Order: sequence, then structure tokens, then C-alpha cells
Amino acid sequence: MSELAVHSAHPPGFAHQFETVEQQREAGHLGMWIFLATEILFFGGMFTAYVVYRSLHLPSFILGSHELLVRFGATNTAVLICSSLTMALAIRTAQTGGSKGTIIFWLLATMVLGAAFLGIKLRYEWYRDWVEGLIPGVSWLGGGTHTPGVKMFMCFYFFMTGLHALHMVVGLGILTVLVIMTARNRFSPEYYAPLEISGLYWHFVDIVWIFLFPLLYLIGGRYPGS
Amino acid sequence: MTEHQARDYHPPHIVPVGTYVLVFLALMVGTAVTTWVAYIDLGAWNTVAALTIAVCKMFLVVLFFMHVKYSKGLTRIVIIGAFFWLAIMITLTCSDELTRHWEIVPQGWSAGALHIARLLFKGTV
Repeated sequence: MSELAVHSAHPPGFAHQFETVEQQREAGHLGMWIFLATEILFFGGMFTAYVVYRSLHLPSFILGSHELLVRFGATNTAVLICSSLTMALAIRTAQTGGSKGTIIFWLLATMVLGAAFLGIKLRYEWYRDWVEGLIPGVSWLGGGTHTPGVKMFMCFYFFMTGLHALHMVVGLGILTVLVIMTARNRFSPEYYAPLEISGLYWHFVDIVWIFLFPLLYLIGGRYPGS
Repeated sequence: MTEHQARDYHPPHIVPVGTYVLVFLALMVGTAVTTWVAYIDLGAWNTVAALTIAVCKMFLVVLFFMHVKYSKGLTRIVIIGAFFWLAIMITLTCSDELTRHWEIVPQGWSAGALHIARLLFKGTV
């Protein structure tokens, strides 16, 4: 920020090591996407393990999948898609020079939806799983011939949704910082990189859920006899 | 801003609200369809349908919400690279794990040839 005092002609947030504002913006995008590439491979490791174990224990995985409640998984998918829209609108408001009140409104809407996702997950899914004895090693009341495979499925379910939820919690922290930055007039149509970069993260977490929902809740089929 | 900065400056593409809303609606419809399809008996195609819809939804989010449709080549290369590496991880892992239970290949070239012939002409050799 000290360069700003020296070169007052620079637009706000423009760092002097860059040739142009555009170059700075692209460098930001590139850096974030390289981080997201590591995230894709991080979640990808679990997706790969899921594919392998699913093929080894297919009947058990379908039985395990049927223990999950589709209505809450589908509701949460919709909630996350809504939060992606509000996030995109928050960034658009900053791009078009909208008031900071409007930006904060969309950011808070995103946070409320993100918190709603976590609330539904905790109250109606994980808590219920605990009561019903579906958590291997913590609360397990299952039995029968498929027990080892179903336990394996539930382990995948809790690790994948757990890590996704952890990303959501981090996202909520980032959004809190963004609200504070917006309130302090840190953003303008020339400089809103933190909003846009955080948006990429938020949408990425949405995409992970877009895959987790069918993989965990739906993929064996839900029709009678599946 | 110096003169060449002003000349080279291209403002970022601003996506119309209508586009965002359309993408949002498409994602909601996709969620409804993927849930609905799971309750129909399509056999192995249930998996294909679920994954196809998920991939379509991913493309919508990446292209519009994440602005990749309006991004430069370098960013796109990183994204394609990320998915290429993911494909390597899944393909090579599966080519090992999922072929371990295949029949043991007999020893020696003649036995190998016989094995292949049996595979090719099942029931006739």
C-alpha cells in the first residue's frame, strides 16, 4: 500500500511489480487455479479410492447408500447452488461499482446459505446417523453379512462429507474477512481481487458437492429393488 | 497509470445478471433431474446418467460462475492440466486395482497363445 502514496496515479490495489492491472488480475486467477488444481487432486484421491472400493464392495456400497436421506442431500445441493449465485452476484456488484451495502448483502446471503448447508448436514444427517448407529467406530448398530462393506461406505461418506464441510467452514471464515474488507471500503471496480479469488474457492467447494451428492446418495439407484 | 497501461487495459468481462440466473436455473433443474432419474430403473445407466449430469453441472459452474469462459489460455491450461492429472491418477489406479482379480495368465508362449485363443473364441476352442 505504501507505493500508493508514492505513485498516487496508480489505481487502488495495483501492485507495482505488475505491468498492467489486467496482468495483475490474471496472475491472481492463475495462482488461485494452481491452488485449486492441488485441491482437485486432494479430493480426487478420495474419489479414486471411492471408485476402487465401490467396485470391490458394490452390493454393500448400494446398501450403505440407501441409509442416506436423499431429501436432505438434494436440499443441500440446492442450498449450495443458491449460495454460488449469491457469491457471483456479490462479485458482480463490486465489478459494476455497486454500493458496499449491496456487496455486503450478497456476501451475508452467501454466508447464511453456507451456514444453512452445515446446519442441515449436522442436525438432520450426522446427528441422525449417530442416533441410528451408522457411524463406524463411534455409534454402530448395524449387522448382517454386508457389515464390513457398509462400514467402508460409511467411512467414505463421513470422510468425504467431513472434508467438504471443513472446506465450507474455511469458506465462511473467508467470507467474514470479505465482509469486513468491504465495510472498510477496500474494494472498487478497479480492485476486487480478494472477492473474485474467494469466489473461485467457494464455487470449487460447490462443485465438490455436485459430485458428492450423486456419488454418495444416488449412484446405486433408488428405485425399488435397486 | 502510464500511457501503455492505459492503452493495454481491458476491463474484465462482466457477466449479465440474466446469464447468472439462467445458469442457476439450469443447475437447479440438473439437481432435480439427477434426483428424479435415480428413482427410475436404468440398470448400469443410472451411474452414467448421474455422472453425466454432474459433469454438465460442473461445466456450467466452471465456465460461468468461475468466469473460465472469459479467461486467458494460461489459466485454461492449468485447469486442463489439473483434470488431466486427475485422469492419470484414476486411470492408472483402476488399471492396477481392477485387473488384479482377472484370470492368471498361463506360463509360456504356447499356453499364452492358447489362453488368448480361448478368450477370443469362448466355447469353441
